[in-house]
Amino acid sequence: MHVDVVRMEHLSFAYNAIPVLSDVSFVLRSGDYCGLVGPNGSGKTTLIRLLLGFASPTSGSVSLFGENPARFGEWGRIGYVPQRLVAFNPYFPATVEEVVGLGLLARHRFPRYPRKADRPMIDRALHVMEINDIRHKLIGELSGGQQQRVLIARAMVTDPDLLILDEPTAALDPEIREQFFSILRDLNSTKGITILIVTHDIGSIGKYASTLLYLDKKVIFHGSFEEFCISADMGEYFGSFSQHVICHRHDGQAGQGS
Amino acid sequence: MNVMDVLGFLSHGFIQKALLAGSFVAISCSTLGVFLVLRRLSLIGDGLAHVTFGGVAMGMFFGVYPLHIAIPVVMASSLGILKLVERARLFGDAAIGMVSSLGIAAGIVLASIAGGFNVDLFSYLFGNILSISASEVVTSLALSAGVIAVIVLLFHELLSLTFDEESARASGIKTGRINTLLVLLTALTVVLAMRVVGIMLISSLLIVPPVTALQIARSFKGTMFLAALLSVLSVVAGVFLSVAFDLPTGASIVILNFVFFMLSLGYKQVRQKAG
Repeated sequence: MHVDVVRMEHLSFAYNAIPVLSDVSFVLRSGDYCGLVGPNGSGKTTLIRLLLGFASPTSGSVSLFGENPARFGEWGRIGYVPQRLVAFNPYFPATVEEVVGLGLLARHRFPRYPRKADRPMIDRALHVMEINDIRHKLIGELSGGQQQRVLIARAMVTDPDLLILDEPTAALDPEIREQFFSILRDLNSTKGITILIVTHDIGSIGKYASTLLYLDKKVIFHGSFEEFCISADMGEYFGSFSQHVICHRHDGQAGQGS
Repeated sequence: MNVMDVLGFLSHGFIQKALLAGSFVAISCSTLGVFLVLRRLSLIGDGLAHVTFGGVAMGMFFGVYPLHIAIPVVMASSLGILKLVERARLFGDAAIGMVSSLGIAAGIVLASIAGGFNVDLFSYLFGNILSISASEVVTSLALSAGVIAVIVLLFHELLSLTFDEESARASGIKTGRINTLLVLLTALTVVLAMRVVGIMLISSLLIVPPVTALQIARSFKGTMFLAALLSVLSVVAGVFLSVAFDLPTGASIVILNFVFFMLSLGYKQVRQKAG
């Protein structure tokens, strides 16, 4: 039976009686690469938190692989990369290998620790993210781009079906950001991992993602980048000039999404 | 001091008991301390030590062995701090400050009403591991071994939580339960450390060895191991120095810990210069 990876139906959420999300509905299917975009305070991170079961919706429903996130138990199927800047202490005394190994805890019950048999999975994640040569370095000694690769390696060490990334590129310079989106596209196309990535950069993510979900407390747009660029509604919402700039500021590559 | 002198020291029962209990307490303090320091919860040890003062005073007031009252009181207070942060949404340092002040205030009031146990209370404030009784050694060993066993069993969960709580949660780790366990273990350890260095200096056993290890270790496991090793070394050397030169044992242990910290800073700088 086909099960949607993520399904939100008429979901609303309020914090201290202040509405944060209102009547949000969308579906993420296996193999999707979805860019979750929107202005600051639009509810993107809240949506991720609801999806992961960190908070409960005020009304409506959310399911993860067909299950309520509060009761979900197969955390090895999910890889999560939180916002890098708030994610960890840069002087944390753990090596790259120790950090990547933490991802494997999702596969085990008490006592949770990476088993000997897990070793190849760590090696593979380090290899895929091209960080094998820095495996014994402390995470705080790495550049922003390298740290981001480590966090993705940790998220994908279990071979997850769904990778959720919350503004992973906020601290990266534009060149590394493009590289990063490209790595994700490869993971999506070669391993079939479903990806949900929160970003501010519609233009960049539009080139790589198969769908865009534009959120501003409610769903403003859900569709492909090509559809976004020709949508009269979006032209009206952003203004046609802004829509043109978003869609064409990357060397006219609109419509080349994978 | 020659080898015979050292062996002579070791033949004394009170030295053996001090070294045994002190080493176990030092290991539980330093390994737990690594997680507390990295989670910026260092001062919870200090706050709970103040509550220990209140617990000890309460025990003396009611004529009960102080440790038997201090342990449940401090554990309940640690949960109180957690609840103040979670439910009343206070900042952690504010919650620690409030609960620790209450502990001290309760101790002062009880001491004042009783009027007769000020000298005994003084011995708890500054500790005296050389006078530790056999039953206290057994209690310290059993409880410290329990704390160390929990840390070993939950090592990766604690590491994951300390590195990044949200990701730990997204790995299916019950972060709320682990946080509760962490503060309860801290409460237990603080009470145990009271006999080693005294209420006034407990937090140094939780903070200084981990901070020293953080200067030089090259992995998380290395940090834990080094913190435990330095902590035990400072207890062993502190006990010997205090007996040899008639110094207060608790303060000697703390000063040695600080010496190790200064040496680690020097080593770190030399290593950085060497490239």
